[in-house]
Amino acid sequence: MSGMPEGQAASVSSVTVQSQKARTSGFPREVTEFDWIAAGAVVTVRRRRLVLAGMVVAATTVIIVCTAFGSAHLGGGEVLRAWWRLVTIGRLDEAGGPVGVILFQVRLPRVLMGFLVGCTLAAVGATLQALLRNPLADPYVLGISSGAALGITLATLLAGSSLLVQAPVAPVWGFAGGLIALVVIYQMAQSHGRLPVHGLLLAGVVLNAVLTAFMMFITSIMDPVRSAGLIAWLMGSVTVREWGGLLGIAAYVAIGTAWLWSHAPVLNLLTQGEETARSLGIDVEQAKKRLYVVTALLVGAVVSVSGMIGFVGMVVPHMVRMALGADHRLLLPAAALVGGMFLVISDTVARTILAPSEIPVGVVTALVGGPIFLYFLLTQKSRMV
Amino acid sequence: MPIAHELEQTTEQATDQPAEEPAIAVEHVSFRYDQVSLDRPWTVEDVSFCIGFGEILGIVGPNGSGKSSLLKLMAGLLRPASGAVYVEGRAVSILTPIEVARILAVVPQEQPSLFPFSVAETVSMGRFPHRKMGWWNVGMGAETEADLVAIHQALVETDMVALADRLVSDLSGGERQRVLIARALAQEPRILLLDEPTAFLDLSHQIDMCSLVRRLAGERHLTVVLVTHDLNVASLLCDRVVMMREGTVRAIGTPAEIIRHDILHDVYGCDVMIDRHPQTGKPRVTLPIQAPQDEHRIRAGT
Repeated sequence: MSGMPEGQAASVSSVTVQSQKARTSGFPREVTEFDWIAAGAVVTVRRRRLVLAGMVVAATTVIIVCTAFGSAHLGGGEVLRAWWRLVTIGRLDEAGGPVGVILFQVRLPRVLMGFLVGCTLAAVGATLQALLRNPLADPYVLGISSGAALGITLATLLAGSSLLVQAPVAPVWGFAGGLIALVVIYQMAQSHGRLPVHGLLLAGVVLNAVLTAFMMFITSIMDPVRSAGLIAWLMGSVTVREWGGLLGIAAYVAIGTAWLWSHAPVLNLLTQGEETARSLGIDVEQAKKRLYVVTALLVGAVVSVSGMIGFVGMVVPHMVRMALGADHRLLLPAAALVGGMFLVISDTVARTILAPSEIPVGVVTALVGGPIFLYFLLTQKSRMV
Repeated sequence: MPIAHELEQTTEQATDQPAEEPAIAVEHVSFRYDQVSLDRPWTVEDVSFCIGFGEILGIVGPNGSGKSSLLKLMAGLLRPASGAVYVEGRAVSILTPIEVARILAVVPQEQPSLFPFSVAETVSMGRFPHRKMGWWNVGMGAETEADLVAIHQALVETDMVALADRLVSDLSGGERQRVLIARALAQEPRILLLDEPTAFLDLSHQIDMCSLVRRLAGERHLTVVLVTHDLNVASLLCDRVVMMREGTVRAIGTPAEIIRHDILHDVYGCDVMIDRHPQTGKPRVTLPIQAPQDEHRIRAGT
């Protein structure tokens, strides 16, 4: 209980009230001394910075450590020395030697790509969960990734060239497909006022099945060489050929995710229902349209480089929310960082567990995320319907 | 037969406060939901009334009489098909959502919370209309000192300080209702609209809620509009009552003028017993024991 008698909760204007009370009772002199702030009832700037700084350090560590693993065996000392040379010399090609080539030309781009993809999937998942008011929403489960993948598959079929040739164009097709799938899902969610959590997931399952059937149809009529490449891409992998492609997607993803972060207060309010959001001053229709477009853009970009990687977008935001609370001003960047780390680790497992051959990272995330998803679905059933 | 106390009431008000314009003016508002076919009657049909500053107005009526729709029309959450709502002299339809939210706060019916927000976080959402927007929120986006003071004030006034760090989903129904009121207070509005504030509360929480609304209206000089199906709550709490039936206003006036046997019979189609509240002398409605079928039919015939 606050140190102040409740009966004194008298008048209206805030600052004058505060100074009056400072004289009459044990009212804190500084607003930051409110008991409920000290008790952690809201996420303060200080706490947000501490948590995010800690996560950035953790993510950097994960990235460095994961470059040490791979099919070619490198000693820990060699890896650290190479990194130290990179930091001190400051240029990638100067960090020479075969170790440097393996670390910084082969592994690091891939690890960073995994990090970017994980960041984006988690940030998009957190956004969709708020937007659809469904804590189990995920671009993969809801069929939005499938929509984007179908768009890109269609483009491959029509353009008749390999996927990599059309790298700048592929995200656009992915965006179009993802946006259509998102609109369909949203219309389903709105059809009866608000679809219950399980109803929306069911709608996603059906949409996913239909879109996957289309993709299987397209791959079946393609010539086997190209369809094999397509299927390998669809299974989800974060392979990257050169630094240029990585930087392009990095710019795309960084801007999109930062934009979502800037809308964190809007997302907070949207979780409370559209009517409440509107009554608190949000132009809900406009905000939703923008968020959908940016979400679909990000999904399109991510799917175009990494195919279908599932469950990162659901499991990571959900767990971060349980640990840090639902305030999107912290949740969104924290989920992005955790998602990046999660995918980097998953991809390291995918690269090394059957070395020298690899398994698709989508398989790893599905094997880890699927059971967790089921667990959430079953345990929280009573609360969420 | 519609009973029009509206006319005498408006003239009375006009003589009391000739210069002041009403806090809310509802003028010939009609509304129908999109999915309702055009041959069906209006959800709200040609409703007009005014609410003075500092007044507590109750909207009562049977289920489906359009009371909640009327409240949403007043808050700008729904757009009238014809007519207009004026808040402090300005049409709600031309104001942006932020401008409306700075004047007018809505306390919706309590709904389940799916996301683990704490009480203080939920209340701080009420500061949204006073916040900066956009890129400023990246990394920063903190509550200002004024925000924190307003949140604290709202928590104190609704007696929620001790529960501020609890999750809303762990609270009881009455406590959740108070969280929503605190959120509305954090908006620092001049008008408060409440949708069924006592609907799911037990007796003691109903009493708390009534005294809270009364106290807030007095201390913050708020204009309060509340929708309720509980005639006794309306009678005890409200300065004036709007009685609705089938989307139209059947009567407007003080509780003593409105809560009368003939009006209630006309609106609800059933007989009730009305006596005086022992403390306040305001009208009190009691449901009679269900009359046997044949007696009921005889009375209805006369």
